[in-house]
Amino acid sequence: MLVELQWLFSTLWVVWFFVLFGGILFWTLKPSRRQDWKRHGEMIFRDGGKG
Amino acid sequence: MATLSATQPGAMSAPRPMPDYVDGPIRAFAIATIFWGLVGFLVGVVIASQLAWPLLNLDLEWTHFGRLRPVHTSAVIFAFGGSALIGTSLYIVQRTCRARLFGGEEMGWFIFWGYQFFIVSAALSYVLGYSQGKEYAEPEWFIDIFLTVLWVTYLVGFGGTIIKREEPHIYVANWFLLAFIITVAMLHIGNNISLPIHWGSGFSYSAPAGVQGAMIQWWYGHNAVGFFLTAGFLGMMYYFIPKQANRPIYSYRLSIVHFWSIIFLYIWAGPHHLHYTALPDWAQTLGMVFSVMLWMPSWGGMINGIMTLSGAWDKLRTDPGLRFSVTAVAFYGMSTFEGPVMSIRAVNSLSHYTDWTIGHVHSGALGWNGLITFGALYWLVPALWSRARMYSTRLIEWHFWLATLGIVLYITAMWVSGIMQGLMWRAYDELGFLQYSFVETVAAMHPYYVIRVLGGALYLTGAILMAWNVYKTITVADAPEVERDLAPAPARAVAAE
Repeated sequence: MLVELQWLFSTLWVVWFFVLFGGILFWTLKPSRRQDWKRHGEMIFRDGGKG
Repeated sequence: MATLSATQPGAMSAPRPMPDYVDGPIRAFAIATIFWGLVGFLVGVVIASQLAWPLLNLDLEWTHFGRLRPVHTSAVIFAFGGSALIGTSLYIVQRTCRARLFGGEEMGWFIFWGYQFFIVSAALSYVLGYSQGKEYAEPEWFIDIFLTVLWVTYLVGFGGTIIKREEPHIYVANWFLLAFIITVAMLHIGNNISLPIHWGSGFSYSAPAGVQGAMIQWWYGHNAVGFFLTAGFLGMMYYFIPKQANRPIYSYRLSIVHFWSIIFLYIWAGPHHLHYTALPDWAQTLGMVFSVMLWMPSWGGMINGIMTLSGAWDKLRTDPGLRFSVTAVAFYGMSTFEGPVMSIRAVNSLSHYTDWTIGHVHSGALGWNGLITFGALYWLVPALWSRARMYSTRLIEWHFWLATLGIVLYITAMWVSGIMQGLMWRAYDELGFLQYSFVETVAAMHPYYVIRVLGGALYLTGAILMAWNVYKTITVADAPEVERDLAPAPARAVAAE
């Protein structure tokens, strides 16, 4: 039974990967997050290390 | 002893307690990195000499190429690279999480001594003839079990520090480092499932055999490159280049896209090591396609690292440590372009099993991993020992040019040697016979083997200068102790976003 549906699962797995990666890209590139990313990039200068 | 630091760059008005960071084991890792680097580079020069002058094998079972080659690869990848990665990761995770290492000093020292024990055990076992015969996974089952326990402890220490962090956001370097730790654990366990020949025997049989075993080995092998030598060192890049340049990473957003692209793509690329073998064609094509796709995120990361210097290129003239890091990123870009090209089946039919592969590996290892580690050490050693700067800037300059010249000699010699070797292997005469015998190809490569020895010797000489420079930095207090935690950060440029 499961073997007969293997083609379907393979396809769904590829689709799931694309959707997941696309979702991550959308979350990362959303214009409203721009300031957050900028702030996060500067956090290493608040860590007490040299520089 | 807790120290204080400003909450915002340049602000002195609202200090808050700084955790009592665990730095002792990190100092030990920094020294171990240099020591194992010297050992690994020296053994590399020795085995390169053995290939050029076979008499140097000494006709002894312990000193011939077959046993010393894994000593070289393990010393440079796992001892030098691993000590650098673990040491810097423990530094980075504590600072960016504003949290003391989970498990404290005991955790740090256990990881340090446990890892050194693993390195020495593995090297001794190779020399004495113990090997699983799997490239980059040579240690036998009893060493593998020890490393598994140690690595899980490292994961607990690193992950525990992230869990108890005071900073709400997890800095991107930690994402790369966590991916490195988790994936290496998965790869190590997956590729080392084996059965001892009998109870009490140090030798074992691999559980998967034939093409399945080969596929698992290169799933491990390529992702050791992907997650040990790439993701881990990218974590180093995303922390130390901004620190050295004193400006945030060019695009933090791009670093997130870089991370997820590497995570999604790298794990599928392994089959390109098995082109034209019994592996099914579809799997070979899968490996090739994912390898080619890796080019773009790799170059995204390279651009992100290099462009962090945007507006501050003058620092390359004045800070040779930063020059190491930026040149390393350029080598990262070069080898992540060359890799996908070599993974294309038509190109691989020429390059596979030749010295071109050796040249490619060393442009990545010497150029990317080596130089980024040297750059990080030149920043980290003064920071860990509270010195204003390294003992001698001129020695860093000498190290840089010796290392760069050594790499150039090495990789150009291997390009010429490897492509010549591949072309000689596939040359036919007008009657359809092979034009060259195997020994003719070996004789033709001899001059390039000598050039390689010279390149490796230059790289080793540069590392010896670094070791001396670090020794003097630690032992000669040439400047007053730096109260860096109390000093306001100078004004810096903003990121691209």
